[in-house]
Amino acid sequence: MSQRNMRAFMQPKRKLDKNSLKRILGYVFRYYGWQFVLVVILIMVTAFCTVQSTLFTRTLIDDYITPLLGSSNPDFAPLAARLVKLAMILGIGVVSAYTYNRIMVTVSQGTMERLRVELFTHMESLPIKYFDTHAHGNIMSVYTNDIDTLRQLIGQSIPQIVNSSVTIVVTFTSMVMLNIPLTCISLCMIAVMLFVSGKLGGQSRNYFIQQQKSLGAVNGYIEEMLSGQKVVKVFNHEEKSIQGFEKLNGELRENAANANMYANIMMPVMANLGNISYVLIAVAGGVIALNGLFGLTLGSLVSFLSLNRSFTMPITQISQQFASIVNAMAGAERVFAMMDEPSEFDEGYVELVNIEEDENGEIKETKKNTGMWAWRHPHKAEGTVTYQRLQGKVDLLDVDFSYDGRKTILHDIDIAAKPGQKIAFVGSTGAGKTTITNLINRFYDIDDGKIRFDDININKIKKPDLRRSLGMVLQDTHLFTGTVMDNIRYGRLDATDEECIAAARLARADGFIRRLPEGYNTMLKGDGGNLSQGQRQLLAIARCAVADPPAMILDEATSSIDSRTEKLVQEGMDALMKGRTTFVIAHRLSTVRNSDCIMVLEQGRIIERGNHMDLLDKKGRYYQLYTGNAIAD
Amino acid sequence: MLKTLLGEVKQYKKVTLLTPLFTMGEVVMEVLLPYITAMIIDKGINAGDMKAVLLYGGLMVIMAFMSLYFGTQAGRYAAKAATGFASNVREDMFRKIQDYSFSNIDKFSTAGLVTRLTTDVTNLQNAFQMIIRIAVRPPLMLIFSIVMCVIISPDLSVIFLVAVIFLAFALYMITSRAMPAFNKVFTRYDDVNASVQENVSAIRVVKAFVREDYENEKFKTAAGNLKSLFVRAESLIAFNNPVMMLTVYGCIISLSWFGARHVVNGAMTTGNLTSMFSYVMSILMSLMMLSMVFVMITMSIASAKRISEVLNEVPDLANPENPVMEVENGAIDFNHVSFSYKSGSGESVLKDIDLHIKSGETIGILGPTGSGKSTFVSLISRLYDASEGEVKVGGVNVKDYDMAVLRDQVSVVLQKNVLFSGTIIDNLRWGNENATEEECIAACKMACADEFIEKMPDGYHTYIEQGGTNVSGGQRQRLCIARALMKKPKVLILDDSTSAVDTATDAAIREAFRQTIPGTTKLIISQRLASLMDADRVLVLHRGEVNGFDTPENLLMNNEIYQEIYMTQVMGGGGDFDTASASA
Repeated sequence: MSQRNMRAFMQPKRKLDKNSLKRILGYVFRYYGWQFVLVVILIMVTAFCTVQSTLFTRTLIDDYITPLLGSSNPDFAPLAARLVKLAMILGIGVVSAYTYNRIMVTVSQGTMERLRVELFTHMESLPIKYFDTHAHGNIMSVYTNDIDTLRQLIGQSIPQIVNSSVTIVVTFTSMVMLNIPLTCISLCMIAVMLFVSGKLGGQSRNYFIQQQKSLGAVNGYIEEMLSGQKVVKVFNHEEKSIQGFEKLNGELRENAANANMYANIMMPVMANLGNISYVLIAVAGGVIALNGLFGLTLGSLVSFLSLNRSFTMPITQISQQFASIVNAMAGAERVFAMMDEPSEFDEGYVELVNIEEDENGEIKETKKNTGMWAWRHPHKAEGTVTYQRLQGKVDLLDVDFSYDGRKTILHDIDIAAKPGQKIAFVGSTGAGKTTITNLINRFYDIDDGKIRFDDININKIKKPDLRRSLGMVLQDTHLFTGTVMDNIRYGRLDATDEECIAAARLARADGFIRRLPEGYNTMLKGDGGNLSQGQRQLLAIARCAVADPPAMILDEATSSIDSRTEKLVQEGMDALMKGRTTFVIAHRLSTVRNSDCIMVLEQGRIIERGNHMDLLDKKGRYYQLYTGNAIAD
Repeated sequence: MLKTLLGEVKQYKKVTLLTPLFTMGEVVMEVLLPYITAMIIDKGINAGDMKAVLLYGGLMVIMAFMSLYFGTQAGRYAAKAATGFASNVREDMFRKIQDYSFSNIDKFSTAGLVTRLTTDVTNLQNAFQMIIRIAVRPPLMLIFSIVMCVIISPDLSVIFLVAVIFLAFALYMITSRAMPAFNKVFTRYDDVNASVQENVSAIRVVKAFVREDYENEKFKTAAGNLKSLFVRAESLIAFNNPVMMLTVYGCIISLSWFGARHVVNGAMTTGNLTSMFSYVMSILMSLMMLSMVFVMITMSIASAKRISEVLNEVPDLANPENPVMEVENGAIDFNHVSFSYKSGSGESVLKDIDLHIKSGETIGILGPTGSGKSTFVSLISRLYDASEGEVKVGGVNVKDYDMAVLRDQVSVVLQKNVLFSGTIIDNLRWGNENATEEECIAACKMACADEFIEKMPDGYHTYIEQGGTNVSGGQRQRLCIARALMKKPKVLILDDSTSAVDTATDAAIREAFRQTIPGTTKLIISQRLASLMDADRVLVLHRGEVNGFDTPENLLMNNEIYQEIYMTQVMGGGGDFDTASASA
């Protein structure tokens, strides 16, 4: 049994969730209904032809060889005619085998494509909470591992099972027709084979679970030690770390040896049980035939023997497929679990639109990119629409929030930001600074209180429009595969090259971009791995600048960037903040000092607020932080 | 490559060789079995001789049991050999990596090494087992079956020859086209997964810019392309099964035709004919298996290559023949030292550094990213060897020391530092295995780590998770400093090791150094000028060259870079506001 199949055994014993299987088949049927029916028919045809070839041995011996034995002038013409007929039947078998294999490629790959796209589209619609509460490795594994198990299921297991079932039915019928007592013997042996394989499989499964555990332990150890390899060297800890490894590695070897052994002996055991079954039937059949019982001819006996052989084969095949079905089922469960996650809910109806002013100063909606924006309120009852200019005023009123509905993270947060004001949040890790910014653009929804944007409750604003009006520069910069220009344009897809370059200038990114080997056309790969931390931040600022939002959320980076780049980042940020309402999670003295209002957060509450001078005079927590007389840890 | 890997079989040579031997026995039995069944039919059933049926039937049962024995033994030994081999490979790789110098480690990324040690070794184990167990099977089957066929009927064997040539040719045509097609699929597959990965980690950016639809369109195109590549590759594979059937059916029909004539002519028996039918199956099955093994081996070659790269890498630092076993004092001398990374662009990272540090001095090191600060300190504990010039510690060239002795006396707190899973005490004892709890506490006091450790539920016995994820960045840095202090070194190097510690604590740590270990030479790299202002001398590095090396007061008067940083950080308020909270 292959490694892949064995993996199914590693799953702890679980009940098969028939619903996932039904849903997978549902996909196949919905989009490829007639193809799938055709495939089933073609598989039947193929299986029928295969059985014909097995049964032909009897016909050959009984009808075409035995009668001719001893004749001095044998006539082979009937045999030739019969063989031509057989060749035609088998030819049909070959053609239908190819056809169904080829159709299955389209069906399985088409279904895979649909599943992938549907999964991805759904994933994009999930709330941030999903990504914050699920390990990214596990999300990735749905794409890389779980979908693959479904490919196996649809592409191989299902056709194989249909094929094997048809073969079993046809073979079994032929066996019954040839001789019932012999069929009983054959069935008894099958029962023995199933029992033995079940026992061996159980043993094997246990060892595979243990092997998987030790494999996990070894991998964990390797990962930990190698990622700290330089520390290991600095502390002369090499021998110790080898000793630890040897122990785990030895355990893994033992468990792996046992697991593989049971998997390995499965095949010879099954094959030789098949041989014993052959002998039993030969002996029993011989007795029956020689005594002329049940009308068993010698030709029939020979045929029966080969049927018996082809009877055990599909059973072994199905039992092998069973493993991969269990595997696929587990995969399907995870795929569907993700698909069943509720999407982000958007009950908003107020939209953000471009406007232009006519000569009378009246606001008119336009499709053009005018740089002027307004909120569009539809009034259902009257069927009218009103427009309200976008300003960038943000208010938080008595906001409470918890991530899990139990532990309140933010208490009674009150903030009033006038258009163009800069609000800074300071405080130690875990005080709730990032959480507040997550609420303003509705990455998370508040538990109590109100957040208003231009005096509109933000849950009345369509989420995409709300987010479009709020720019974001995060502490960890994420870039996408593509050129530098593509990455800047991410902020506004219809921006021209000139606009992107202007944004890069504003963000102070133009200088380093021009020094890149291909300037703005330099390809970025692996999250911009070929750029320095500071350069990536400059790009993120440019990306936000091209979007030109009226309000912004900035999370200042603190990683050790060298002073010169840091100065550029600082300048870029300052240029970006000009004229926009800005919420900034501040780490720099200059940012804090230049803010209109500073919120000092501690354990989810605003404990002090005011501008730099006010707060210094208070000699409170801010004063402590500022003068460095406190340990924030 | 093959030689390296075969060398890893070691104590499993015997079981490795036994596996194909037992497989051979199994194959002999399997090949003889159809011959016996022919006997049962001819001598027993057709001749109406029940005794013969029982005789040959008994023989067959015995052979089945022998085959079972051989088969299970082969399976057992194969498992033992393959897993043993894999465990040897893993262990030797791990050992080898422990011997790597920093520049060897730089060459392979950590993630790369982990994959090589895990996934690649598993691939290799599977391939190894496949080779010793299955790869000898099809050729043996093929040969034995053909021999048996020739014995039964030489002229009918020609049918097999034709069939084998046809099938081999057809399979070759399919595989040789399918392989490149699949390679394309896998490359594209990786791209698609990379783009999913990108979306998962950058989901906040996607949502903040409302780019869900844009990403969906991008993904749809990529998934569509992937699908058409997949279909192209798999529709070639769809030929496999029908081609196989075609060959089998062709053989059955021609065997029936010619075989019938032979039987009627008395040239062979009915039983012979039925055994010929079963040899058809085994010959063709062997060919199918061979092609499978072939695919499997080609797939594992990439893994084998990556593994032997690790095993064949030559550690580029070695202990001298008669190493100096004692470091006299903490004086450091750089005599016209230049350095360039082997894996880098070849450009010099340090150029003609010539400076001398007295034992017990406190030296600050300053300079923009890429100016060579970390490289400079790495040369002192011989993490890398200077390309030109010499580095001396305590008046002796670092290359003449025993490396362990040198690294015990020159303690470095790396910029990218890690803690390991285990208690705090376990982690501290990395610095000194035999340290008492009191010594550990003393080191923590000096690193200002004692106050937060004591607040933890289990104090010094608090369990640190892998990577130190359950302590904050500032706490981690302080623990790492304490760990380095455990060595009681003559030279202590802090490579930007207090960046996440707030300024007050930072100052307290430096004060503790001054009080407790005045005789130790201290080198402190920092972006934060405040951390360096009380140093005896500050080294300003710029593009790998010494830009200034003087007291902070003098530098403020005559060094441009120092002045510039001073202006932005101290006067201009460009410094960090709350470095401690930034550490998470």
